Amino acid sequence: MEHPATTSRPSGPPPTAAWTLPGIGLLKGLAVTATNMIQSYYRKDRMTTVQYPEERATISPNFRNFPFLVYDGSDAMAGMRCTACSICENECPPQCIYIVLDRDENGKSLKRPKVFDIDVSVCMNCGICAEVCPFDSIYMDGEYELSTSDRFGDLLFNKQRLARSTDYHAQLRPLEAAEVAARRKADEEKKLAAQAAKEAKAKADKEAKEKAAKEQAAAE
Amino acid sequence: MISNPSMPPAASPASKPELDEDQLLHVSLGPQHPSTHGVFRMNVVLDGETVVSLKPVFGYLHRNHEKIAEGVTYLSSMPFTDRLDYICPLTNNWAYAQAVEKLAGIEVPERAEYIRIITAELTRLINHTAFVGFFLGDMGAWGSALMYAFREREKILDLFEDLTGARMMSNFMRFGGCRNDLPDGWAARARVLVDEFPRFLDELENLITGNEILIARTQNIGALPKETLINGGITGPMLRAAGVAYDIRKAEPYGIYDRFKFRIPLGTTGDCYDRLMIRFLELRESLAILRQALDQLPAGAYIHPKAKIRNFKPPVGEAYARIESPKGELGFHLISNGTANPFRYRIRPPSFINLTLLEDMCLGLDLADVVLILGSVDIVLGEVDR
Repeated sequence: MEHPATTSRPSGPPPTAAWTLPGIGLLKGLAVTATNMIQSYYRKDRMTTVQYPEERATISPNFRNFPFLVYDGSDAMAGMRCTACSICENECPPQCIYIVLDRDENGKSLKRPKVFDIDVSVCMNCGICAEVCPFDSIYMDGEYELSTSDRFGDLLFNKQRLARSTDYHAQLRPLEAAEVAARRKADEEKKLAAQAAKEAKAKADKEAKEKAAKEQAAAE
Repeated sequence: MISNPSMPPAASPASKPELDEDQLLHVSLGPQHPSTHGVFRMNVVLDGETVVSLKPVFGYLHRNHEKIAEGVTYLSSMPFTDRLDYICPLTNNWAYAQAVEKLAGIEVPERAEYIRIITAELTRLINHTAFVGFFLGDMGAWGSALMYAFREREKILDLFEDLTGARMMSNFMRFGGCRNDLPDGWAARARVLVDEFPRFLDELENLITGNEILIARTQNIGALPKETLINGGITGPMLRAAGVAYDIRKAEPYGIYDRFKFRIPLGTTGDCYDRLMIRFLELRESLAILRQALDQLPAGAYIHPKAKIRNFKPPVGEAYARIESPKGELGFHLISNGTANPFRYRIRPPSFINLTLLEDMCLGLDLADVVLILGSVDIVLGEVDR
């Protein structure tokens, strides 16, 4: 107890006075415990326990858990945005994604996955797949009650299990989904405009050529 | 024992040569022991109740982190750094991002620097409050202190969940900034938390610091001379508790720490009591940094516009970057050969190096003090074993 007041405290009194009645510090601590116990019956910020599963804590909309694949339209397999480019497969830190590219009988790429498996028992919820995807195809889900009795089959998610509609995405993360939808719409319009411009140019060229040919014929 | 000729001899019990081998008791403390903070074993030799020898055994949580990092891209190592010191993932993220930025010469926008400082100092709050709780648990006061500390920690974790998407495994920093911007209203919520935190700190200090049992158990326990600590490479609160003014935030300011006004608290003796008190003082200083950072938070980009997420390949070179993590100096050493994967990836973990002087601190003390001293070092086995 002869220890000097230890740290050079920037504010407040030193923790140990030179001499106090033995037991005062102890009683002070017990007073804190008692206050906490009593307040835990009526003060909102002291009632921290949530009676799961009857009650549920509110989860942040930014919470991420396992990935899912987005599809456009109503047919999950036909509208899937994924092009099986394998960027997420390569970037995935624990290497839990397995993709096989779908090809037609001539071996030409169909730009869609034949197999898209995610082993969620290996997945570490980092969200890098969603971050690197250039096709706005993979996003992080917030679903968390996934316990199953079959640890191998039920935790290996195939593309049917992973597919989610754009509506689901919009409901889960309204801000992110709206941003993606706006960007995709703008890209689509740009593409259409570029195509229209190209067609118009081709048409103009053709007309000019025809005109030139006509003039030439007239001159002859 | 460390046989470093430059080190002063450790406090070895004077009676060592006369010990009767038959009278000694060999105790294997751990690896599954609640006081070892994870899977850590100490082979202790006791003479009665007094420790004559202590051999730490670790590696139970070895995950091959450094080798795995050589096989994956730079970005893919980022979520693995969360798992090093899992109490404070955001400082680990920062240290790694800083090393890669140094390697590739990437600039960080101002707003990103502020976000990084805010998250890092919130992480320090988490670490130090949790430390106090666990330390009291090691002393035998299971319950109150830890539960109060975790109640406050939950509030900070809620903020982290909103910002990073995960409560602990944040994976938030990117090379050249942060992954996303602060959500709407986040800074205001953080501000409320920072303003309310001192009340909790007062409560926690009232709860324990005057406690006679705590003082009797911790004062004059586990102190080492300054020279031994410096030669042993000890950093962080453990070194500062002994009165050595060394904090990388001041010694080699990284990020924008040189813009903030804060003090480095120092202890005098370096015993367990000082190590506990230094954390309280650092908490107050962290709150001061947080207040300034939240006030000054500028608008702007949260990541450098030219930062590459896909296909990132730094130039050939070598870089070592270090930060003052809540536990001490956390450094990342990277060697790049110009490919997408690092050629060599090495971590300097503070908990591991702070643990190397464990035997010197424990010799001649009681077995119950060993548990306390181990607690005061503040280790996380995820970082010790990697």
